[in-house]
Amino acid sequence: MTTAAFGEPIARLEDPRLLTGQGRFLDDIGHQALAAAFVRSPHAHARIVDIDVSAAVDVEGLVAVYTHEDLDGRVGEPLPLLIPHAALTHGRTAYALAKDEVNHVGEPIVMVVATDRYVAEDVCDRIVVTYDFLPPVVGIEAARSAELLVHDDVPGNVSAHLVQSRGDVEAALAGAPHVLELDLDIERSASTPLEGKGVHARWDADDASLRVYTSTQASTSVRAALAARLELPLDRVEVIAPDVGGGFGVKIVHPWPEEVVVPWAAIRLGREVKWTEDRREHFVGATHERGQLQHVEVGFDDDGRLLGLDVTVWHDNGAYTPYGIIVPIVTTTQLLGPYKPEAYRAEFFSLYTNTVTVTPYRGAGRPQGCFAMERTMDAVAAYLGLDRTVVRERNFIRPDEMPYDHGLIFQDGRPLIYDSGDYPATLEKLKKLVGWDEFEAFRAEARAAGRRVGIGIACYVEGTGVGPYEGGWVKVETDGTVVAATGLTTQGQGHKTAFAQVVASELGVPVERVQVTTGDTRRFGYAVGTFASRAAVMSGNALASAARKVRDKALRIAGEALEADPRDLEIVDGVVRVVGSPPSAPGSSIPLATVAVLANPLRYAFDREAERATQFGGPVDYSKPPVAEGDSPGLEDTGYYSPPRSTFANGMHAAIVETDPDTAEITILRYCVVHDCGRLINPRIVEGQIHGGVAQGVGGALYERMVYDDAGQLLNASFMDFLMPYATEVPVVETDHLETPSPLNPLGIKGAGEAGVIPGSAVLASAISDAEGFAITRMPISPSDLFSLRLAQESR
Amino acid sequence: MSEAMFEVTLLVNGVPRSATVPARRLLSDFLRHDLELTGTHVGCEHGVCGACTVLVDGRPIRSCLQFAVTVDGAEVTTVEGCTRPDGELGHVQQAFRDCHGLQCGFCTPGFVTTITAYLEENPTPTQEQAREAIAGNLCRCTGYQNIVASVLRAAELRAEETQR
Repeated sequence: MTTAAFGEPIARLEDPRLLTGQGRFLDDIGHQALAAAFVRSPHAHARIVDIDVSAAVDVEGLVAVYTHEDLDGRVGEPLPLLIPHAALTHGRTAYALAKDEVNHVGEPIVMVVATDRYVAEDVCDRIVVTYDFLPPVVGIEAARSAELLVHDDVPGNVSAHLVQSRGDVEAALAGAPHVLELDLDIERSASTPLEGKGVHARWDADDASLRVYTSTQASTSVRAALAARLELPLDRVEVIAPDVGGGFGVKIVHPWPEEVVVPWAAIRLGREVKWTEDRREHFVGATHERGQLQHVEVGFDDDGRLLGLDVTVWHDNGAYTPYGIIVPIVTTTQLLGPYKPEAYRAEFFSLYTNTVTVTPYRGAGRPQGCFAMERTMDAVAAYLGLDRTVVRERNFIRPDEMPYDHGLIFQDGRPLIYDSGDYPATLEKLKKLVGWDEFEAFRAEARAAGRRVGIGIACYVEGTGVGPYEGGWVKVETDGTVVAATGLTTQGQGHKTAFAQVVASELGVPVERVQVTTGDTRRFGYAVGTFASRAAVMSGNALASAARKVRDKALRIAGEALEADPRDLEIVDGVVRVVGSPPSAPGSSIPLATVAVLANPLRYAFDREAERATQFGGPVDYSKPPVAEGDSPGLEDTGYYSPPRSTFANGMHAAIVETDPDTAEITILRYCVVHDCGRLINPRIVEGQIHGGVAQGVGGALYERMVYDDAGQLLNASFMDFLMPYATEVPVVETDHLETPSPLNPLGIKGAGEAGVIPGSAVLASAISDAEGFAITRMPISPSDLFSLRLAQESR
Repeated sequence: MSEAMFEVTLLVNGVPRSATVPARRLLSDFLRHDLELTGTHVGCEHGVCGACTVLVDGRPIRSCLQFAVTVDGAEVTTVEGCTRPDGELGHVQQAFRDCHGLQCGFCTPGFVTTITAYLEENPTPTQEQAREAIAGNLCRCTGYQNIVASVLRAAELRAEETQR
């Protein structure tokens, strides 16, 4: 493999378009389309008694009003439960438009289609829905007490109950010299991409085909879901993810109600229809994550080695379970991080509440698991009076224990086996980067100046690159351009650059010559989606496989043309040449573009390249057919990558915070990250992913929470009240890397997308606890929360 | 009942552009949907995220908080107008590319216009000033670190351009 492109921090190929306003995001498409708007429930729990549209029908520009009664065929059925699981005994999904009952504020009830969005919203305002109110279930404690039910037919509000264990935890705890118990609490946040969701649909009646643009993380699966719902043949439906303005998990859910009814209306009306989510709709009509209560019981010896760890999680899944129970499964399996307790038991209850549905948000349950584990580690260290890094070090899985089998089942339904990683080396690097051993001197100095500072640490292991598979297609055009496609989508990760680097390196062409398309079912129909830090691992390896096949074919054809053994040929800068021959040696090289011409024997000459490829062109061996048996025309091929199981990246964060002794204001003085995601395709992109993840981790730890009142109203459903961090709230991130290649895939890469966010709450809780001298058990934490905690401590 | 319509003319990126719109048409929608200049993005429609920032008579404003009719006759610069005269990336745009200052690119147009206006006011910002300069815009992807670097890099490129 030539390595000119792979591993280099090159500038992104997609940037010029995006920087000059030439991007095509969902709402940039379809200026002539009709606009859809929705009447959404203002109540958390109610029966719909009546929908009166009479005051709306004379609004000029109104095209159609639809309620559940209008939804014919499968469109009127409950939306699919995407990931069933044996433990999810009481899964429930919503209807595309509510039928009889609403279960959270924001649930869509009526769709209005009009000439523009202003008019559509005028119409929505005139529609009167009459409700019978039902008492709402808000918050995990209310759900757990089960005095009231969200769904009448779900006893205890429990959608799922799952226990996984390894070893005999009860015996381990009974026999442990020391046992501690912790009660922990993490609140809700949300992905909150700057671009909300959106759908544009165009029905071509002449062609009997549907084209849908949607701001999604899974266009191939939206396509399959729409074909099923709308009862269309799959090949009559195309779904394209245009430029997507951030996803962070929320856009993996599909099909959204709007994703079904907008195309349905487009077919019915024979007109283009578009819906663009506004910010308030996104807060109440998309999904949230993170909310959990946790109880930990840990048994350990005098050295701090974990003998038994017993964790119970009460997970708030909101009103419905369209994405199954991935989040609590991830929490309870990834909780273990880099550690190896001798016995482990994790139990979770996934609970319904009358609030927005919960589905994965970057980290997908890992931040909560990391919080539980790392709070536990700090508690053990505090109890034994040991340094927090020492306790962690003693519990690490050692490099020579890899691959390490936890004896549990991961979110992909496969064994939880870590493939590689060097946790002691990662910790060493982090201690050096943050100056762990020098911190006490700094603390003393700060204290002398009347300042209060603390240092925290948190470690994580992240399963990335989950299957089942991804594919890639690579083609060399006759002008030497290389086009490549993969089915999964992009929402800011720089795939057009990173995948071009992979293809360019495998093929031996300049990276600028490679044009990558993602998330367009017209270009590649088989895919799973972009989530779980899987895109680089999965599509990177699939495209590498496709590029290698193209390379082999190019060498074979070039070998015939140059009368050379393909094994003696190499491709450098887009030219096939005899290994080691000077660039211009006659008869020893042939441009890849020419090989592409030779790969496709033609009858008709429509341009100069084609002229050279006609069957009446150059010297021909008439004993052979123009396209050999088993071969196919064109210099192109397809490759797939399907891993036996996930590959596990890891990292450790340390933070130094200052807490104001009077106002309890929390300031992050330093934030250090050491991470290991195997081989890096583009270090600059990976670094950017880390920065962005840390910002979301900091947001989740110090600022972001979804504030529901007892009636189930989301009180802060705007950017004015939901505190997403600005530049002034995010610290400078200092980073260092390790590169432990994954043995599971040919490129040796692991995912990096979620890494930065996972330990955010854990590391800041650790640092604030260290500054304050008492344990923080509930995140996020605001200055007023900390102030109250101080008062509570003082009155003890 | 039909809405009263008004003809609005703006000098957008140096070119006079007109459309007939109702009084309530937001400037952001006017630019995006009536003039089909979709580089200006709308992230919140309540003036907080800054993605829709455009320059009106040289000053950065939130186009989602203005009606198009209220700025009739104004000179407007959008991200499309922040390129060099030859269409190549302008200094702020180039700086974002050099520093990996964008990921999904949705919030980016608002940063580009904001920083363009800021550097007119303060052509040589410190690191701290660079961070303050962008503290009114939200980005969910980058963590801002590379955007701060982009502000400083843009100042360098701008100085090089002016020296020439």
